[in-house]
Amino acid sequence: MSIEHSPIKLTKADFASDQMVKWCPGCGDHAILASVLGIFPEIGYKKENFCMVSGIGCSSRFPYYVNTYGFHGIHGRAAAIATGVKIANPHLSVWINSGDGDATAIGGNHFIHVIRRNMDVNYILFNNRIYGLTKGQYSPTTKQGQVTKTSPYGVIDYPFNPGELVIGARGTFFARAIDNSPKTLGEVCRAMAAHDGAAIVEVLQNCVIFNDKTHREVTEREFREERQLWLEQDKPMIFGKAKDKGIILKGNNLEVVEIGKNGITEKDLLVHDATVENSGIHMMLAQMAPPEFPMAFGVIRAVSKPTYNQLFEQQMLEVKASSKIQCMDDLLNSGETWEIK
Amino acid sequence: MTTKTFIEKEDVVVKFVGDSGDGMQLTGTLFSDTSALDGNDIATFPDYPAEIRAPHNTVAGVSGFQVHIGKRIYSSGDKCDVLVAMNPASLFSNLKWLKKGGMIIVDADTFTEDAFGKCGYKTDPLNDDSLSSYNVIKAPMTTMTAEAVKDIFTDKKSAERSRNMFALGMMFFLFDKQFDHTDTYLEKKFKKNPDIINANKAVVRAGYNFCENTDVFPYQQVQVKQAVMQKGVYRNITGNIATAWGLLAAAEKANLPLFLGSYPITPATEILIELTKHKSLGARVFQAEDEIAGICSAIGASFAGAMACTTTSGPGLSLKAEAIGLAVMTELPLVIVNVQRGGPSTGLPTKTEQSDLYQALFGRNGEAPCIVVAGSTPSNCFYWAFEASRLALEHMTPTILLTDGYLGNGSQLFHIPKMADLPTINPPLATPNDTTYAPYKRDPETLVRQWAIPGMEGLRHRIGGLEKCDGKGNVSQDPANHELMSKYRNEKVQRVANNIPEQVVYGDQDADLLVVGWGGTEGNLKLAVEEMREEGKKIAITHFNYIMPLPKNTGDIMRKYKKIVVCELNMGQFVNYLRMNFQTIAFQQYNKIQGLPFEVTELKEKFNQILGE
Repeated sequence: MSIEHSPIKLTKADFASDQMVKWCPGCGDHAILASVLGIFPEIGYKKENFCMVSGIGCSSRFPYYVNTYGFHGIHGRAAAIATGVKIANPHLSVWINSGDGDATAIGGNHFIHVIRRNMDVNYILFNNRIYGLTKGQYSPTTKQGQVTKTSPYGVIDYPFNPGELVIGARGTFFARAIDNSPKTLGEVCRAMAAHDGAAIVEVLQNCVIFNDKTHREVTEREFREERQLWLEQDKPMIFGKAKDKGIILKGNNLEVVEIGKNGITEKDLLVHDATVENSGIHMMLAQMAPPEFPMAFGVIRAVSKPTYNQLFEQQMLEVKASSKIQCMDDLLNSGETWEIK
Repeated sequence: MTTKTFIEKEDVVVKFVGDSGDGMQLTGTLFSDTSALDGNDIATFPDYPAEIRAPHNTVAGVSGFQVHIGKRIYSSGDKCDVLVAMNPASLFSNLKWLKKGGMIIVDADTFTEDAFGKCGYKTDPLNDDSLSSYNVIKAPMTTMTAEAVKDIFTDKKSAERSRNMFALGMMFFLFDKQFDHTDTYLEKKFKKNPDIINANKAVVRAGYNFCENTDVFPYQQVQVKQAVMQKGVYRNITGNIATAWGLLAAAEKANLPLFLGSYPITPATEILIELTKHKSLGARVFQAEDEIAGICSAIGASFAGAMACTTTSGPGLSLKAEAIGLAVMTELPLVIVNVQRGGPSTGLPTKTEQSDLYQALFGRNGEAPCIVVAGSTPSNCFYWAFEASRLALEHMTPTILLTDGYLGNGSQLFHIPKMADLPTINPPLATPNDTTYAPYKRDPETLVRQWAIPGMEGLRHRIGGLEKCDGKGNVSQDPANHELMSKYRNEKVQRVANNIPEQVVYGDQDADLLVVGWGGTEGNLKLAVEEMREEGKKIAITHFNYIMPLPKNTGDIMRKYKKIVVCELNMGQFVNYLRMNFQTIAFQQYNKIQGLPFEVTELKEKFNQILGE
């Protein structure tokens, strides 16, 4: 499904809206907005062919700040609304903005189904592990034990890992990025835009007010190099300040090793392949978490599979070409009819 | 050979009942289609059990199909004249639907000790005197069927499968109908299996010949009067199919792609099923993961420029309530079809009721007015689906179309229209690059905003569920603006009354009693009133299809009559809505909440009682 390109070269300014951005100072959403505005001109589609769709929550204000067509929906339903937009008009580039509560609690059903169908949408999941707009209740991604407004004695729920949900729902694309790393955030958004099908990017996003530093164990300067594994296609999985650590597959499990120790060389390390259909390694990568493991970032999975929309349009064309019913008059007069003269 | 003599009748009601697997729906359909081809007007209604395949020969497993044929048919009829019962359980559960003195035709072979036990008979009803007030015809259908197909099928099971055709053959004899249509149907349906075609053809004829040879209907053969019908092309259609086609027709007329987002629910699923077939007409149908995704995808599609709809039944409408509010706020066209069933909760999924009117009118948070219209006969569901779409598109407002299980599953003759004769539909599309465009700028007359569709140049905008500022449509928390916008949304719906015809009254202008109905009860109410008028009573009827807003002359009509009775299949939702709107008028009410349609006899009894007071 081709989307019409802009005849002129667009800039970031073409996509900035006239609305005052009302997120809290220091909120991770500002950086995500900047990254998206940065890559939209690069994608090259006409401004009118982008459609942003969101649910409810701080991050769901996103469409107001991008000067394209935009729809601010109701809580949890962004994926369902976006599905209708894309089926009705496959020539639009459809983007979803949703938070962890919106996507994985009230909208959990739509989240897994938009993925299962491989609907051709770009889905940015802002994961700050808290309900921000309602002022600090725990969400399905809040860590166990955390004290919040609605868990004064600590959360006893086991949390979701969004990557597991995406891969478990047979997703074709999952990437992870961090709000304060604009370069890498831009890169995964670019990869997401290039992917045909449901592309989900989980952004570890900081809520300065209600859940400050929730991701600190991987995002803070002191941990960054030792706890972030940035995946690159066909490259061995190496991380660490001195680039001296790597991931190997030992038996059925991943393991962190030090290069040069116990006879381990770069050749022993796992080489990343996001494009392989088998999701086993992708699932294990999505699950990695400190302190035992670094957390995996970048494109974890990007598998090529016909999208819902390609299959849909193809079926429309085939049926249209073979059907005797080409207009309503044909249908009304089809089958058993009789005339009274 | 004696010459045939016939009794002539205005109309007859035949009900075919049997076990779920006995093919009663097919038998009934073949009988009604044959009658229609023979010039009768028809109406049918299936009576399915909620279970798919309940235990064999039990009351829970009884499936029925009622056919009303005659000269002037408004509904599938109250009680039947002829009850064709394929087993004891179906006779046991349906005898109450047979008129006193009516005819019972049974497969006598099925009346065994074992079968009585399963359905509640203590003794053989064919051999005690419990059926003495009826005319009972005992036909050994199983044996005769096996005999008729003995050269084709030797196993008992295959042979018995055609028993329903024996019953059909008997009806063809009784009502003097031809085999042609049935033969054609069988030839087409079982193209690949000539044995089945031949067996069924043989059995229909065996049933017919059995009557002729054994003279089971002495002096009872009936000719049902032909209908006086307008010239034109006709077909038989159910309310659900008519609804689906009305939506398709509206999309074609509006020159927009049709989008349906829907989740299966009884008794609305048939509309979804039908629309999935019509990809060649551009129908974009999405079977969603739940009711909410059904309507939300439709709202997304509407934003993206499609003629969007969602179809459901009562519980599904509850789930969609929040999203309908979103469509009200974003002022997008959307058609919500609710095929009502008995409630609350899961209620009576396969039975009819009109109890979702309050939900349609008021069932949302905030001040959230929608247009509400109702279909009132199976075939006019086509026009009401079309009209609901026209109003939604031209007024940029979600529109709820109420039908019900009785209309949805019932069938009727449909005078096929020509698309060229249907009204045009003109959605208020914005013009690309119109520099004066603002998302919530309104037409001063209708208060309708313009529809700018993603992809259109120079009209990029953002809308959503938050309150909008007047005109520009940016998010606004301003108190005065909220009041203004609330009034606009309400007034916009009220002004739809300028775009719809006036309400019509049938019957005497100076009638002693005005009967008021709405939606699916039209056929029975109209027939009751017509019969009473023929009996010399001064009575009139006005039947509503436009519910919100009401036609402008509604109050004027109501004020003309001293006595008004509002009849509906709920506890009085429309009557209370009228009371709310016309507080000085006294309305009486007549209600039924049994999951069943009104019967003409009970209506007449009630109207006569009111007239006598």
